[in-house]
Amino acid sequence: MMFKYFTRALTQRIFLAFLISIIAHAVVHLAPGEPSEVDPSNPLMKPEDIAQIRMAFHLDQPLYLQYAYWIRDLVNGDLKSFKDSQPVLPKIWERFLNSLPLFFVGTLIVWCLSFPTGIYAAVNRGSKYDRLSTFGSYALISLPSFFLAYVAILWVVNNFGVPVLGMRTFGLEDASGISRFMDRVWHLVLPSFLSAMGGVAVLSRYVRSQMLEVIDQDYVRTARSKGLDEDTVIYKHALRNALLPFITMFGLMLPAMVGGSVIVEQIFAWPGLGRLGYEAILNRDYPVILTLNFIAALLTLLGTFISDVLYAVADPRIRLQ
Amino acid sequence: MTRKNIKSPVRETWSHFSRSWFSVSGLIILAFLVVVAVSGKVLTEWFVVFDAETVRLPQKLLPPMSLANTNSFDETKGLLFGRYLLGTDELGRDVFARMLQGSFVSLSIGLFAVGISLVVGISLGGLAGFYGDKKIGIIRVDTLIMRFTDVMLAFPTFFLILTVVALLPPSIYNIMAVIGLTSWMGTARFVRAEFLSLRDADFVVAAKALGASEMRIIFRHMVPNAVAPVFVSATLGVASAILAESALSFLGFGVRPPYATWGNILSDGRSYIFDAPWLFFVPGFAILVVVLAFNLVGEGLREALNPQLRRTK
Repeated sequence: MMFKYFTRALTQRIFLAFLISIIAHAVVHLAPGEPSEVDPSNPLMKPEDIAQIRMAFHLDQPLYLQYAYWIRDLVNGDLKSFKDSQPVLPKIWERFLNSLPLFFVGTLIVWCLSFPTGIYAAVNRGSKYDRLSTFGSYALISLPSFFLAYVAILWVVNNFGVPVLGMRTFGLEDASGISRFMDRVWHLVLPSFLSAMGGVAVLSRYVRSQMLEVIDQDYVRTARSKGLDEDTVIYKHALRNALLPFITMFGLMLPAMVGGSVIVEQIFAWPGLGRLGYEAILNRDYPVILTLNFIAALLTLLGTFISDVLYAVADPRIRLQ
Repeated sequence: MTRKNIKSPVRETWSHFSRSWFSVSGLIILAFLVVVAVSGKVLTEWFVVFDAETVRLPQKLLPPMSLANTNSFDETKGLLFGRYLLGTDELGRDVFARMLQGSFVSLSIGLFAVGISLVVGISLGGLAGFYGDKKIGIIRVDTLIMRFTDVMLAFPTFFLILTVVALLPPSIYNIMAVIGLTSWMGTARFVRAEFLSLRDADFVVAAKALGASEMRIIFRHMVPNAVAPVFVSATLGVASAILAESALSFLGFGVRPPYATWGNILSDGRSYIFDAPWLFFVPGFAILVVVLAFNLVGEGLREALNPQLRRTK
């Protein structure tokens, strides 16, 4: 049963991945303008040069052949950036490793902050705290993220006097291990907090509504009438049952690594995936743009697959459907 | 139950909606915004009471409420009380007038983008829900549309918007269209689900039995009953469209001059955050207040329209 469920979920994803690759390719290549037109005013670019560039990157071929070339090169690992002719996949991998700590710490902050906030708000429903946290989370998702980031940078730089832009401070290579480490941590704190803020707002609301749903259930009332103390009722009987939907959220956070990070990485000059995408867009570097969009969509599929699997493992009712 | 206790659906929704102080104040802010936006269009472009375009370099970066220097410019036309209510920007333009002008542009970007996403979402969702069992070749219409929806959902929205906007020629209409065309998926899913459950509802079967045409059944009977959840996502959609525009402006792909939008005033203002903080904070707070109002109204609507949430209230 379990096996059948997984194979079905997997084949569906593979089929979707194929459709995604076609649509991603079409979207990027059907847009007017070409990479060879990035710098039309450059007098060194003669028509024959442009023709040569177009030929080198298969831009003179029909669209379906370009698609075939893209997939072939992607699979072989020969896909080259238009801009510097470096292979695309290692480039993305390097940036991925840079984004990873940001993503990891950000996710950790989201989960550590939103659970206490949401649970406390649900338990004290209608209290001043509840209304304040409701309002606060709406305010957080209503701010342009770069506005918040600039205010936060000003505040940190003025009050703590630590450098926050980039991944590390230049010229600290000879410093002791501990100060190098602290430098890295300081550079990590602000961007990961800022990329976590939206998530905290959304997830804490979700925790609150899940808890509210569970808190009125019969088994919670039973637990209370058995004379259990309030902490046991809330954390053992209510919370455990409210946790189930959150298993799915683990998977759904994966794609935010590319899409959600463009602005934050741009502000903090963080050389991660989002920034790579932005640079590629500025340069009309089609192979990079295309591959990044494709990888981001694949991450979404992977995320939903992981969440389906976790859900099925945790909740046997799902498998039987 | 006496006759008096039966309320029309609209009144009932309103009575639940108006119970929340948050949602009502959101609604008041939005009503105010519409007035501001319309008067912004009228007063800065048609009858120029506030002048958003005149460049007065000698009077650049003046703080809010400072008096206009009438010696170098013989007219104080376009200013209220001869003062720059919200200061001037790096070119000496009146920030108050620019914000007024921008309110109309920002709001219309939000509304048009959501309008596009509603049209696409309702059509595709309706098609999948109503004609889902028909086949094109060997594929069911429902499968075709819903798999396409899944594919679109898989792309990270903001990165996709950024990609397409950057590749297209810069134009305000492209921005509206791209934001709209990348945000219809939720609506399509809602409408499809509603249509599937409405298809067998008694009043639809009755209309069918009376010989109503398919178009009449769809547009007269089913769509009005299916749009309630769509209202919620539309309200929240305007909020995220306004934010998306400001994020695009920040990355340099926003609305180009001569249009002023809150997003591009804010993102231009960030270079003057020390010398002229009002250039940054005025549009920032304006966006915060308006987007917050849309979010609160959307959330209020969600609670008022959902009987399950009502019960717990």
